[in-house]
Amino acid sequence: MTDKHKTVEESLDQIRTTTFLGLLIPLLPLLGFLVNGFLGKYLPKSVIGWIGSLSVLGSFICTLILFRQAGPTDAIQIDLFSWIALGSIDISFGLTIDALTLIMLMVVTGIGFLIHLYSIGYMHADEGFTRFFVYLNLFIFFMLLLVMGSNLLMMFIGWEGVGLCSYLLIGFWFKNPSYNDAAQKAFVMNRIGDLGFLLGMFFILFHFGTLDFSTIEQMAPSLVADNGLLIAITMLLFIGATGKSAQIPLYTWLPDAMAGPTPVSALIHAATMVTAGIYMIVRTNVLFAMAPFTLAVILWIGVATSVVAAIIGLKQNDIKKVLAYSTVSQLGLMFAALGLGAFSSGIFHLVTHAFFKALLFLGAGSVIHALHGQQDIRWMGGLKKLIPITYITFIIASLAISGFPLLSGFFSKDEILAHAFQQNLPVWIILSLSSLLTAFYMFRLVYLTFFNDFRGTEETRSHIHESPWTMTVPLIILCVLSVLGGLMGLPVVFHANHWLNTWLADVTAPAAAILHQGHHISHTMEVILMSVAGIGAILSILYARHVYLTRRSVPESDEAMSGWGKVIYQKFYVDELYDRWIVAPAFKLAEWLGNVFDKHVVDRVVTLTAGFLDASGRTLRVFQSGNTGSYVFAMVLGIVVLFIIRLLI
Amino acid sequence: MDTLIQAVPLNWYLFLSSFLFCIGVMGVLFRRNAIVILMCIELMLNSVNLLLVAFSSYSGNSDGQIFVFFIMVVAAAEVAVGLALLVSIYRNTGSTDIDFLNKLKW
Repeated sequence: MTDKHKTVEESLDQIRTTTFLGLLIPLLPLLGFLVNGFLGKYLPKSVIGWIGSLSVLGSFICTLILFRQAGPTDAIQIDLFSWIALGSIDISFGLTIDALTLIMLMVVTGIGFLIHLYSIGYMHADEGFTRFFVYLNLFIFFMLLLVMGSNLLMMFIGWEGVGLCSYLLIGFWFKNPSYNDAAQKAFVMNRIGDLGFLLGMFFILFHFGTLDFSTIEQMAPSLVADNGLLIAITMLLFIGATGKSAQIPLYTWLPDAMAGPTPVSALIHAATMVTAGIYMIVRTNVLFAMAPFTLAVILWIGVATSVVAAIIGLKQNDIKKVLAYSTVSQLGLMFAALGLGAFSSGIFHLVTHAFFKALLFLGAGSVIHALHGQQDIRWMGGLKKLIPITYITFIIASLAISGFPLLSGFFSKDEILAHAFQQNLPVWIILSLSSLLTAFYMFRLVYLTFFNDFRGTEETRSHIHESPWTMTVPLIILCVLSVLGGLMGLPVVFHANHWLNTWLADVTAPAAAILHQGHHISHTMEVILMSVAGIGAILSILYARHVYLTRRSVPESDEAMSGWGKVIYQKFYVDELYDRWIVAPAFKLAEWLGNVFDKHVVDRVVTLTAGFLDASGRTLRVFQSGNTGSYVFAMVLGIVVLFIIRLLI
Repeated sequence: MDTLIQAVPLNWYLFLSSFLFCIGVMGVLFRRNAIVILMCIELMLNSVNLLLVAFSSYSGNSDGQIFVFFIMVVAAAEVAVGLALLVSIYRNTGSTDIDFLNKLKW
């Protein structure tokens, strides 16, 4: 055998291995789902939890192996079979693993595994333990499909699948009707977005004749920049993104989604599913880059969401609600980055946010676990000494999200702010303001939860305990990631090359080629901006410390609220507005259709049809007398008439 | 070559057949005895047979005449069935009056 042969053999082997590993990534959680789903009732709880967790860990290990092998320009293409072949349209059931997918895979499987592990401890006493892990594994499977799909339709399967799992998990404690309402709200609002996604997909299919990402990328230059079709496509896709990623005007489902168990909030409603919209836009960045109008819309929606959610977050008293609004706000920041054309910065913040927000939610879960379900921060306080691991990790995560210098959030946020400063000063000002608010409400949360004296009952206090290792280990790992996550995107000022930008360069190249991002701001300016942001964050934290630690103020009770404080606490009454102007008219319309239209139009058509048939039957039965003679007479008469006609014509 | 059939002009056959057929129709229409009605139906059938034979002979094609034999055979079978039905009706209703047979209605 010659050397050449050998290398061909080897590279074939290589391809086989990567394909195998690539397939294993989504299949392992699916297997976990099937095993737990069908055999779960015969298995003990401990086994179920570990099957669920280890299947995701397996995916994570496969991802790591692929990640080590792959270069930033490699794309592993796995076409399983041709799924829909109609005329010129050929949609394959295919998976693609490229630089962007690998990043998402690491986040989904890595954080997914940690949260599975955490759930073993968190859910141990729940009667729905098996069901929980079944849903969670199914979610991971769909999420992997979403990020691995090689065309929009594959992505859509994942997109709908994660929506389903989100619905199931928000309404996990289905015996509580308000939780069910929250689940339904999430589902319905997501449907609105999904309709946009679907229509956008149809437009793409109509114009390009394909849904394949790489083909679209190649064909996109054939479109004239900013023409109507392109704006329609991008706007529709963006509507899909606003639904899934909780942006104005479809954001109100996310805070309600906190009805689900806390690990679900961490995994689905902070780290992974809600970032699907950002992933989708980055995936189709070439289309968005060619539609400056849509980019401007995305920018301003992102900015508005970021600041509005941050303001609402200032006054929330439910520990999870604060984090939920914080998530909405941070997602707004990511969208603002996309709107500025800084696609890799958006992904950078997505990743760091996934670290620290998952950690914050898990920390909050640990607090809630310790307090046996108490979520209101007005009844917490002084937990610092009682649950030290949770305390330390939570405070580090809060520092990271606030943009405390050198932690992960600092770098990712700063990169977005630098882009904003360079392109659009008002945006920079508003986003900086929203960061200050973030720092304030996060530390309001920290001080109210962990400092001063415990404000709950003595009985609860006596039961407070640190969580088991399955819960604290994920906290510690995520804490390390929250601190070091910034290393993947160290700015050039620090004499490092921005690893993530380089890694994603190939993915964002089409957009970069179109947008021609102008000169970079000078290094001095960048350092000044960083210092401003860092000092601002610290000042904001100190102010929160002054209010909630030194002055020991505690948010007033619901009845005592008044003025703007109440308006903000009531989330600007957006839910009420939606209820009044959208939900109530929809109900009215349904009622009208049911009581008036159905009764007077649909029913009438039906009864008239029946009445006509009945009347004609009654008329015709006269002729059916049973009298043979009359039949014969009619027959003869008929024949005679026929003869006469025949003769006359 | 004239046959016996052609000794009579064709028109006369037409008239006779029509006349017989009309008698049959009238009988079917106005008589109430099922046996008579059956006979009238036979009359109508045979008037047409007669016409068929006449036409066949005048057009010099014997197919029609052969066909009539078949019709007769079938008619005989049909009469057998018809009479059997009548017997059965008589046994059930005690009459052959067709006006009693008016149960077949809605």
